[in-house]
Amino acid sequence: MFRNIYDTDVTTFSPAGRLHQVEYAMEAVKQGSAAVGVASKEYVVIASLKRSSGDLASYQQKVFQLDKHVGMASSGLISDARLLGQWMRNECMNHRFVYNSGIITQRLVTKVADKCQALTIKDTWRPYGVGLLVAGYDETGAHLFQTEPSGIYLEFKAHAIGARAQSAKTYLEKHFATFDDLSFDDLIRHALEALKAASPNKLTSRNVTLGFVGKDKEFTIIEGDDVRPYVFQVTQADDEDENEEDKKKDIFKRPEEQKTETEQTGSNEDNMSTD
Amino acid sequence: MMNLQIKTAPAGHIKEARFSPYENNGGTVLAVAGKDYCVVAGDTRMSEGYSILSRDVAKLYQLNNTSILASSGMHADMVTLRKSLDYKIEQYRHRHHKEMMTPAIAQMLSNTLYFKRFFPYYTFNVLAGLDENGAGVVYGYDAIGSFESIPYCVTGTGSSLITSVLDNQVAFKTQMKNKAELSFDEVVDLVKDCMTAAGERDIFTGDSVDIAVITKDGIKYEKFALKKD
Repeated sequence: MFRNIYDTDVTTFSPAGRLHQVEYAMEAVKQGSAAVGVASKEYVVIASLKRSSGDLASYQQKVFQLDKHVGMASSGLISDARLLGQWMRNECMNHRFVYNSGIITQRLVTKVADKCQALTIKDTWRPYGVGLLVAGYDETGAHLFQTEPSGIYLEFKAHAIGARAQSAKTYLEKHFATFDDLSFDDLIRHALEALKAASPNKLTSRNVTLGFVGKDKEFTIIEGDDVRPYVFQVTQADDEDENEEDKKKDIFKRPEEQKTETEQTGSNEDNMSTD
Repeated sequence: MMNLQIKTAPAGHIKEARFSPYENNGGTVLAVAGKDYCVVAGDTRMSEGYSILSRDVAKLYQLNNTSILASSGMHADMVTLRKSLDYKIEQYRHRHHKEMMTPAIAQMLSNTLYFKRFFPYYTFNVLAGLDENGAGVVYGYDAIGSFESIPYCVTGTGSSLITSVLDNQVAFKTQMKNKAELSFDEVVDLVKDCMTAAGERDIFTGDSVDIAVITKDGIKYEKFALKKD
């Protein structure tokens, strides 16, 4: 009942002590397609589902390289993600120019979080509607962080954001205890398994982007044909085995039965600003 | 160290102490463009006045897989210029999703230098790399960014000692002999001989020489010794 009068401004608290606009911004993150991150002591792997508006369109880029040793996956308003990514790249380069070394992941994430927080205090601006999974490897080791529109950031061993992230998290909860000493290939397999759990459709080389960084690896993005062997490991099926019908389907179309579960479905499927 | 020139004046008049922001740290660099390769060389002596500050400071700097910036002049400005270029090349990489090619870097370097037209980088640069067709390409610069693509370029304290030799041996400008395409090994040998010759007569050139060869397969380095006197 109270939501309506306390939710128009970011700068207005509700009687329950909440900032509804910020929470709505976090909803935008939940509408984006899934992104998953897993970290061991030496490597971090992030994987994301690509979404496209149809067969004729290309996919939106969700995984960005920020510096040699840091990268991120995003979920939510992808235009916000692009701009934040550009800003973060600039911060990384500035740090390198001044200190002649790569910025520590946590330092970069703090800067982004501060930027997000600043928009929860302004009255003429809206918060960023994007959540980031930042993966980095520095002298303190391998780290995976999540940032939110609220300005909160947390470090994770394994995490998922976006649509159906809970299914991915359930998978990760079962396995994360073994992640610390896992080999690089096993880490990738877990990331993709978790992504599979969050995906409404089959994982193929066309809808998966993989990013990783670690002890002897610069941040690298793998997609398209290069990601096929990794996806094959997890799906045990080659792209060619997909039946023709699947290939023609819009990659992100929720199965009919799921529509009734959430009241906010509306026309979200057609909302291409979130990804 | 600061460069202070103190002028003493006749009794009763004002003394003037002038601070110069520039210092020439000496040395010689050169580059020769080949059919599908580039040879770049630079000595490693860093001096100040008549003293040697170091016998092993690199004048060659690899900007990316296909380009090397060789500079002589003031070391501090060389270092800052390199950092500035690194930043811009990285920015290009993010925006265009590809490596910056040597001709593009050449123009950017010129712009970067001219940007400081009224407080120049005290650097005399030679940019070497491969053009879009894979042919070797060398660009020579002055301190404020005037540049052109030329078959070979030498700058630094020993440049006048070497340039005439290359005119004669690479471009055949000063001899009647038919112009012949020098082989890769001949170019490298010639470069070594030139640096050795410069080291003999130019007091600011010596100690050792870094040689880099740029081809489509990457960049290979070699070091050879010069006299330490």
